[in-house]
Amino acid sequence: MKLLKSVFSGTALLPFLLMAQESADSRSDLNMRVGVTDISEQVYGLHMLMFWICVAIAVAVFSVMFYSMVKHRKAAGHKPANFHENVKVEIVWTIVPFLILIGMAIPAASTLIEMEDTSKPDMTVLVTGSQWKWHYKYMDNEVEFFSTLATQREQIENQFPKGENYLLEVDRPLVIPTGQKVRFLITSDDVIHSWWVPDFAVKKDANPGFINEAWTRVNKPGVYRGQCAELCGKDHGYMPVVVIAKEPADYAAWIGEQERIALERQAEEQRLLAMNMSKEELMATGERSYNAVCAACHQPNGEGLPGVFPALKNSPLIMNDLEGHIDIILNGRTGTSMQSFSRQLTMSEIAAVVTYTRNAWGNNTGDIVQAKDVNAVMQGE
Amino acid sequence: MSTITDTAGNTNEHDHHDDHHHGAPKGIMRWLLTTNHKDIGTLYLWFAFIMFLVGGAMAMVIRAELFQPGLQIVDPNFFNQMTTVHGLIMVFGAVMPAFTGLANWLVPMMIGAPDMALPRMNNWSFWILPFAFLILLASLFMEGGGPSFGWTFYAPLSTTYSSDSTALFVFSVHIMGISSIMGAINVIVTIINMRAPGMTLMKMPMFVWTWLITAFLLIAVMPVLAAAVTMVLTDKYFGTDFFNAAGGGDPVMFQHIFWFFGHPEVYIMILPAFGIISHIIPTFSRKKLFGYASMVYATASIALLSFVVWAHHMFTTGMPVGAELFFMVATMLISVPTGVKVFNWVATMWQGSMTFEIPMLFAISFIVLFTIGGLSGLMLAITPVDFQYHDTYFVVAHFHYVLVTGAVFSIMAAVYYWLPKWTGKMFDIRLAKWHFWCSLVSVNVLFFPMHFVGLAGMPRRIPDYALQFADFNQWISIGGFAFGLSQLIFLALVIKACRKQGEPVTDQVWDGAEGLEWEIPSPAPYHTFDTPPVVR
Repeated sequence: MKLLKSVFSGTALLPFLLMAQESADSRSDLNMRVGVTDISEQVYGLHMLMFWICVAIAVAVFSVMFYSMVKHRKAAGHKPANFHENVKVEIVWTIVPFLILIGMAIPAASTLIEMEDTSKPDMTVLVTGSQWKWHYKYMDNEVEFFSTLATQREQIENQFPKGENYLLEVDRPLVIPTGQKVRFLITSDDVIHSWWVPDFAVKKDANPGFINEAWTRVNKPGVYRGQCAELCGKDHGYMPVVVIAKEPADYAAWIGEQERIALERQAEEQRLLAMNMSKEELMATGERSYNAVCAACHQPNGEGLPGVFPALKNSPLIMNDLEGHIDIILNGRTGTSMQSFSRQLTMSEIAAVVTYTRNAWGNNTGDIVQAKDVNAVMQGE
Repeated sequence: MSTITDTAGNTNEHDHHDDHHHGAPKGIMRWLLTTNHKDIGTLYLWFAFIMFLVGGAMAMVIRAELFQPGLQIVDPNFFNQMTTVHGLIMVFGAVMPAFTGLANWLVPMMIGAPDMALPRMNNWSFWILPFAFLILLASLFMEGGGPSFGWTFYAPLSTTYSSDSTALFVFSVHIMGISSIMGAINVIVTIINMRAPGMTLMKMPMFVWTWLITAFLLIAVMPVLAAAVTMVLTDKYFGTDFFNAAGGGDPVMFQHIFWFFGHPEVYIMILPAFGIISHIIPTFSRKKLFGYASMVYATASIALLSFVVWAHHMFTTGMPVGAELFFMVATMLISVPTGVKVFNWVATMWQGSMTFEIPMLFAISFIVLFTIGGLSGLMLAITPVDFQYHDTYFVVAHFHYVLVTGAVFSIMAAVYYWLPKWTGKMFDIRLAKWHFWCSLVSVNVLFFPMHFVGLAGMPRRIPDYALQFADFNQWISIGGFAFGLSQLIFLALVIKACRKQGEPVTDQVWDGAEGLEWEIPSPAPYHTFDTPPVVR
């Protein structure tokens, strides 16, 4: 009985090993994805090589052990031998693993050197992480935008059924061309984030104040999803990365369109500066923008998280200091997690958010703020 | 080990000590004031067990939230506090104190010393620990909650962006560090100065050797941890900029400092385990440990190498490619001495005369499961592939195999192995079997599928996940709850044992057990080796 049980202690693992074997195919729920770049294929190959070497080592060592456990047990009448060292054997099992390691290190080193060679890119994207969104800036075009989680709050809170790409969908994905060497410059505005797209085998930390480099050359058009991989605070789990790879011609059309939209938006911004919006309009836009960008920290009810994120409801700053209120949204506050929103929101959106927060949840200041007031603070007037 | 004679003779030792130690305090004061290595060992072990259950309860919260996608039970902020405090408690509150407790009980008995060299400091190093963890746990109830930046407390998440409980976190880590350093000094002084006549270094039992090396590691790296938390404290409250790029600092420097502590810390938690397994395997194989000398050298080389591999935790931070290659190769090298250890254990079993009592079952599971953790560690060492593994559940699977089925299983094996010596009674074998089999099955249901979700792309430290990970996470949670419940069997067993229930055991307890601790009576008298034995 004891024998049976002790043997079982090892075989209990067999089904798992078999499952791991199955994972050799490209099923992504069991194994690493092969991905869509030459590098990611190399990485997958290295991973499988390592895996099988490890399986072979494990099988060899454990079969000797289990054989011994069956044959050399007291219940089978085995008498203990007397040896307790053997220099030759000990040298062999020091040298052999060493040689195996060299065999692993050589292909790994060559892949690594290739991965880290970011020279001669065809185009460059600046990727900036901040709590809890990504910002993409095309260095060769006048295009930049934020990319935030698109999954509805109700899905997360289990009120709506969860969609197919639950937590892996964003409002504005990064778009890159296939077949070109795209270099990513990766940095952060606040804490450390990590930009990861498994299908490209690219994972690089976004360090505040420093710029990291990575690159990819995608072979196949498609939508590729990843997530922030470095704990970055409360909503670390809600910071997906979505990249769309398009054929170069489609990409050229897309980036041209984006440049045009960016120009239009600038003109629109200038036009709105001269206009006054009604309070209803401001409150409606303000609520929408507030829930999209502010509520993650300050909460939809404006009460914040005590001790972590301050409440806006009855906040002295909001109730008394209009200029300070606009300033903190435009420029953030150093030494706190309050970031600058001047790039993320237009002036009319900031005006709407300021109006909304000054009049929501019983903050009945009655103040109405227009885009030109925001512009005035921005220009230091 | 060579033959051993006890010049004092064991039988009259009990009466002997009563002459000197009359009027010892009773009740709670006995435990508060005790300077006896066995009492302090017991305190450490109970403290570690309680912390193991507290940290385990937090793991249950984590697994309950991760049972399904979506937010059900806790909010993300509290979830992060749970992962952080779970890690801190298990590392500093459960595994490390348990090993210190075992060292207290066993080192003097194994080397024929009457007690630890610095008994009063021993009392102090234990009794500051409960306060450290009281502070840490109390911080969870502060406004804004406890530490939520992961047990690795990367800056600037732990500085500019943390809640005010950070100050409490820093002081509690300081106290833990002071306690560990004092414990380590005590172990070193005891082993260097108080070995019985004739016990040369190369005759020391493996547990003593591994602890001696561990103690040096502790003294080397705990001050580094103290420096790291102090810099976090001053960055947060006193306007320094060690880790703030805007002030000329560097957030990645934090990681270098932390992992310069953190990697040797990993070996602090596994070297004593190697020692324990090196006692149990020979006993139940009825054969001497194979390659004693190479075991000692392997332990020493693992310890030395542990100082030059720290940045393998940081491959994605953007190091120069030369540094990445160096840390990859250095990390891979560690598998050579680690492999030697595993091969030596198997060679010890080879041609032995094995029986499979509870300690042996845990020891064999240790070898198999620790090796799985070691092999996934080798995969993680390969830098280009680590870019895919890093910060996913693959890493979580790896370090739980090494720390739970490695360190924790070895501690359980040790408790089962030496408990009869401590209490004089055999523990409840039926309960022990239940505990072993439930733990073995559930721990694998708990941690093995983590490899799969990690490879498939699930990041660690997230409270909610994409739908493709849902099935495995349910299995993982079920395994987690089962593993948690299984430990209550262990609790019942240990309580029974402490009440001295069970069959009396012989001095040697186990058939093939060798060493000084098996030559004194069972239960071990309050004072042992007042006159040192002579080891030949």
